[in-house]
Amino acid sequence: MLLAMKLKAALTAAALASPFAMTAVTPSDTLPSAQEFAALKAENFSYRIAGDFSRDGKPVAAPLRQIKLDSSLAIMTRQVTAAEYARCVDDGGCPRIPQASTKDDMPMVGVNWRDATAYARWMTRTTGKLHRLPTDEEWVFAAAEKASDDALPVTGAADPVRVWIARYEAETSRERPALLAPQPVGAFGRNERGLQDVAGNVWEWTDTCFVRHDVEPSGAARVTNTNCGVRVVQGAHRAYMTDFIRDPRTGGCAAGVPPANLGFRLVVEQERWPGLRRMAERAADKVFGRL
Amino acid sequence: MITRRTALMGVAAVALVIAAPALADDLKLPRESVELVAPPFVHAHDQVAKGGPKIMEFKLTIREKEVVIDDAGTKLQAMTFNGSIPAPMMVVHEGDYVELTLVNPETNTMPHNIDLHAATGGLGGGALTHVNPGEQTVLRFKATRTGTFVYHCAPEGMIPWHVVSGMHGTIMVLPRDGLKNPEGKPLHYDRIYYVGENDFYIPKDENGKYKSYDSPGEAFADTTEVMRKLIPTHVVFNGRVGALTGKNAMTAKVGETVMFVHSEANRDTRPHIIGGHGDYVWETGKFSNPPEKDLETWFIRGGSAGAALYTFRQPGVYAYVNHNLIEAAELGATAHIKVDGEWNNDLMKQVVPPGPIPVGKSSAAAATVLTR
Repeated sequence: MLLAMKLKAALTAAALASPFAMTAVTPSDTLPSAQEFAALKAENFSYRIAGDFSRDGKPVAAPLRQIKLDSSLAIMTRQVTAAEYARCVDDGGCPRIPQASTKDDMPMVGVNWRDATAYARWMTRTTGKLHRLPTDEEWVFAAAEKASDDALPVTGAADPVRVWIARYEAETSRERPALLAPQPVGAFGRNERGLQDVAGNVWEWTDTCFVRHDVEPSGAARVTNTNCGVRVVQGAHRAYMTDFIRDPRTGGCAAGVPPANLGFRLVVEQERWPGLRRMAERAADKVFGRL
Repeated sequence: MITRRTALMGVAAVALVIAAPALADDLKLPRESVELVAPPFVHAHDQVAKGGPKIMEFKLTIREKEVVIDDAGTKLQAMTFNGSIPAPMMVVHEGDYVELTLVNPETNTMPHNIDLHAATGGLGGGALTHVNPGEQTVLRFKATRTGTFVYHCAPEGMIPWHVVSGMHGTIMVLPRDGLKNPEGKPLHYDRIYYVGENDFYIPKDENGKYKSYDSPGEAFADTTEVMRKLIPTHVVFNGRVGALTGKNAMTAKVGETVMFVHSEANRDTRPHIIGGHGDYVWETGKFSNPPEKDLETWFIRGGSAGAALYTFRQPGVYAYVNHNLIEAAELGATAHIKVDGEWNNDLMKQVVPPGPIPVGKSSAAAATVLTR
C-alpha cells in the first residue's frame, strides 16, 4: 500500500512536472538549494503506523513495525522559509496567505496541506526535479530521535472508556512549546541526521492520509477507510489535520495541545520516475522469483 | 424472615437481570423505523405513548451541499443532516431507545459526528460517532429525560463552523402519558411545526459583496474570521430568508392548537407571535417543569430548543419572529402563519377605520360618540 500511494504521488507530480521541464530556471537564493537536502541512506527503523486501529470495534494501539524505506531519502535539512514561499506566491504558484506574518528567514507557517502541496508542485516545475511532501514513514525516519511514539497509553482494555480517559490524560499532559511564535531557522538545533528544527514549534505536513484499520484475530490489519481530506502532521507529537486548516486549535470537545504552527519541508526525488523504476523492479523480482 | 439485607440483595439481583440484556446488546423490545420529514414539518407520532418502550430507529445522512440563503442569491457551502437546515425533528417517548444510523457518504469531504443533548455520556454521542466520508455508524441511547433537545455535529477543532453551516436539529422526548398543564390536566396539539433558527456568517469581498466558494474547506478560513466577530450576516428560520413565508407560510385554523418547537443551536433568540401568544410555554423545553402561561415572548437559550402551545382564536396572517426586530426584519428571522376561520369581533374590532381627522372636534370625542 505504501508503494502504491507513493507511486501515485510520484506519477501525479511527474505528470505535472514534465511540460515545464524545458523552462526550468536556475535556482536562486529564494529556492531551497541542493545542499539543503540531506541524503539519508535507507536503514531499518521502528515505525508506529499512523491512523486509527480497532479490534472488535474497540480502540487498540497501532502496530509497531520495523521497516526500511524503498530507497535513500533526500529531505530538506530545514523547513521552507517565508521568503521561499513568498517567491512561489509572486510567481503565481502558491496561494497568498492573508494572515502570514512570519519574517523572511523564518519557517513559513500558517499553511495548510493544499498550500504546501502547491509549493511542492511549483518547485517541481521550477527546478525540473520532482519535489513533494514526505510521507509519515519518511518523516519519522528522518526525524530519528526527535520522532515521538504516540502509542495509546492503555491497550487491550475491555472498557473503551478507560482508553478514552487515558488518551485524554496523555493529550492534555503534553507540554505547550515555550515559544509559540516562529523562530529563525536553526533555533531548535539539529537532530542526529542533520535535520534542523525537527519537533520544534512548527509541525510539518506529510502526504499520509488518515487511515482506519480493523485488526483481525490473526493480527493482520485491514484498512476499512482512507480519508485523504485529513493528513498526518508531524512534530513534537503526531496529529491528524483536515487539509484546509492553517491555524490548528482545540476547544470544545477537542483536548490537549494543538500543533503551535503548521509548516513543511520537502523531499526531492533523485530520479524522474522513481515509482516506475520500483514497480519495474518488483515486477522483475516477481517474474524471476526473487521475492 | 426477610431482613433488610436480603431485601437489598433481591433488588440488586433484579437490577442485574434488567441490566444484563442491555449489556448483552440484545434488547428484546419492539422496533419502529421512522421516516424523517424536512422541517417545518414533523413526522407522524403519538402524543400519548401506546404500550411500553420501543427502539425507535432513525437514519440521518450527512449532505455537504451548496444552498442559497437569501433572495439576493447568496450562497453557503452548507453541511446538513438529511439535506435540510435545520435537520429533521425526531419524536420519541421517555424510556424509548433511540437507535440512530449516521451515514457520511463518500461524496462528502469531511469527517462528521453527532452530539445529542438528550443523550447521556460519551459527549452526547459525539465521542462514538466520528464517521469519515464513506463510513456509517449506529448509536443507541436511552431517552431518559423529557423535553425538546438540540442535536448537532461536533467534530474536534471545528464545532461552531459545522453548527452554523447547518448541522443542527431537535429531538423531542414526550412524557409517555403526554403533555400536562401546571394543574396536571392533559394538553394536546392539533398540529406541530419545528422552526430551526440559524445564524450565518458569510464572508464579503473588498467591495462588500458576499463571497462564494467551491467547497466548505475553501470557505473555512474566511468564515471563521466572520464568526469570531460574533455578528451574523443572516439570522434565518428553516435555512434561508423567507423560507417560511408566502406559499411556504405555516398554516392553521381558528380553534386549532399548534405546537411550535423552536431551536437555536448556537445563539440566543426570542420567538414572538405578532398578534398571538404562548398559551403554554416550556421556555427551556423540558416537560418535567410546568409550562408558563400567557407569554408574549419567550427566550430560547443558544444550544437549546423550547416549545410553545397556542390555540388560534382569530383568523388572519400572523408573523412569527425573533423579537430582536433588527434580526427579524434586516437579517431574515421572520416566518408567517396563515390562519383560516371566522373573525371574532369581541376579541378585536376596528371601531373607526383610518380616515381624515374630523374638523373642529377632538378625535377622542368623535370616537366616544361613535361607539355609543
